[in-house]
Amino acid sequence: MSEIITTKDLCLWYGDNQALKNINLAIPEKSITALIGPSGCGKSTFIKTLNRMNDLIPSVKITGEVNYKGRNIFSKDTDVNELRRDIGMVFQKPNPFPMSIYDNVAYGPRTHGITSRVKLNEIVEQALKDAAIWDEVSDRLKKNALSLSGGQQQRLCIARALAVKPEVLLMDEPTSALDPISTSRIEELILQLKEKYTIIIVTHNMQQAVRISDNTAFFLLGDLVEFGKTEKIFSQPKDKRTEDYITGRFG
Amino acid sequence: MLGLITVGCVLLITIYLIISGLPAIREIGFVKFLFGKRWASTAAEPEYGILPFILTSIYGTAGAIILGVPIGFFTAVYLSKIANKKVRSVIEAAVNLLAGIPSVVYGLVGMLVLVPSIRKIFSVPDGASLLAAIIVLAIMILPNIIKVSITALDAVPEEYEDASLALGATPVETYFKVSVPAAKSGIAAAVVLGVGRAIGEAMAVMMVAGNVANMPSLFESVRFLTTAVASEMAYSSPGSLQRNALFSIALVLYLFIMLINAALNFFLKKDKEK
Repeated sequence: MSEIITTKDLCLWYGDNQALKNINLAIPEKSITALIGPSGCGKSTFIKTLNRMNDLIPSVKITGEVNYKGRNIFSKDTDVNELRRDIGMVFQKPNPFPMSIYDNVAYGPRTHGITSRVKLNEIVEQALKDAAIWDEVSDRLKKNALSLSGGQQQRLCIARALAVKPEVLLMDEPTSALDPISTSRIEELILQLKEKYTIIIVTHNMQQAVRISDNTAFFLLGDLVEFGKTEKIFSQPKDKRTEDYITGRFG
Repeated sequence: MLGLITVGCVLLITIYLIISGLPAIREIGFVKFLFGKRWASTAAEPEYGILPFILTSIYGTAGAIILGVPIGFFTAVYLSKIANKKVRSVIEAAVNLLAGIPSVVYGLVGMLVLVPSIRKIFSVPDGASLLAAIIVLAIMILPNIIKVSITALDAVPEEYEDASLALGATPVETYFKVSVPAAKSGIAAAVVLGVGRAIGEAMAVMMVAGNVANMPSLFESVRFLTTAVASEMAYSSPGSLQRNALFSIALVLYLFIMLINAALNFFLKKDKEK
């Protein structure tokens, strides 16, 4: 399995505050990588660095490299909009646009220049099917997306991200705002998506990491403490701090 | 209790306007009053048609909106989404200052600068015209439009914009395709507020519009509903048909304002429902 994203000595500061310290990580293609760690450990910051969403925060300073398919995403000739098209993102709180279900999913493809009605219909249907929500919404695509339940909204957001045909999907605690049933549906969905996409998921829930991920990275105070196969990390952690965290001694 | 005073004032004004505005309309005739094209209140055979005033008020307001809304709207988008803090605070201070300038000052500047320029640029005999009034009104409604639109745009949740950017949309695409639609009822309210301000303005337009009761035309001197009342009130004798007709004009103006208010409430309510 080849690696789709690698980071080299990645450091990040918010003003004077260093949030990431020399992160070296290689994420294999078409797999699920879970990022775990206590609040404020840098895992969300890390994920937002991968599609350069941190660019939006004025005080951020970044050194080191993030290579996506062998190219540094911070180099001058990187088109940020293209990068974000390849590396999609699903947020912690479901955030559908206040428009119809159809328009939500069609937003990305339209932005990237697809105007043909037939083509859009096709993309929207496929994306909704891939996100396992088509059966629930196919008869009310014109309804406002905000009328859906929280779990449905989150799957719609996943569909919206899939509609631009990304290679990587970043998920920032996608189930933390959802009930257990919605959560398990999203987990099932993530496992299905692994066949076509590389998924990097931040989670607070260690059971979730065990259930769905192939690899796990443990972050603490801006350091990457340990990275490896999920079953290894959770059964025989190499680092004492990892062990303390997964056994619930802090966090 | 204090709220009741306000309600009482509104009721009192409404009742007063209806009572004093109706007799002239009845005497002149509803259709002849509203749709008569000639206003000659002091002629030997007086005529009281207020269509020129109604149309002037509508055209003048529409012109101010066509000119002022795009400028105000883009300024609001720029200030709310693009400008850095320093630029924003400087421009916002300027906008607030613009809002605080008394309308007589607008009129004065318009009279001394705008009217002669229009005469020169378009080589018309008199620069005091509908166009001058439109330009002055457009500037006067800018602060309202900018401030209310900014409030609506600032209230758009950041998550919407993040989602759009994360899909690979550029910031500008994000502002116009996500932020503006999400703020659209607030922006509509801003426009309606601008309409209300423009249609109710008397002093500034009286000073730059020439104040002659012509049917509206861009380079002709015109008279608005507001200025029609204000300019003749001083010399009309109490109880005369002329004075009563002025009250009737005020009643018509009042109905326009009521309509605009209803529209405003409609948009604000829609905004809240979301």
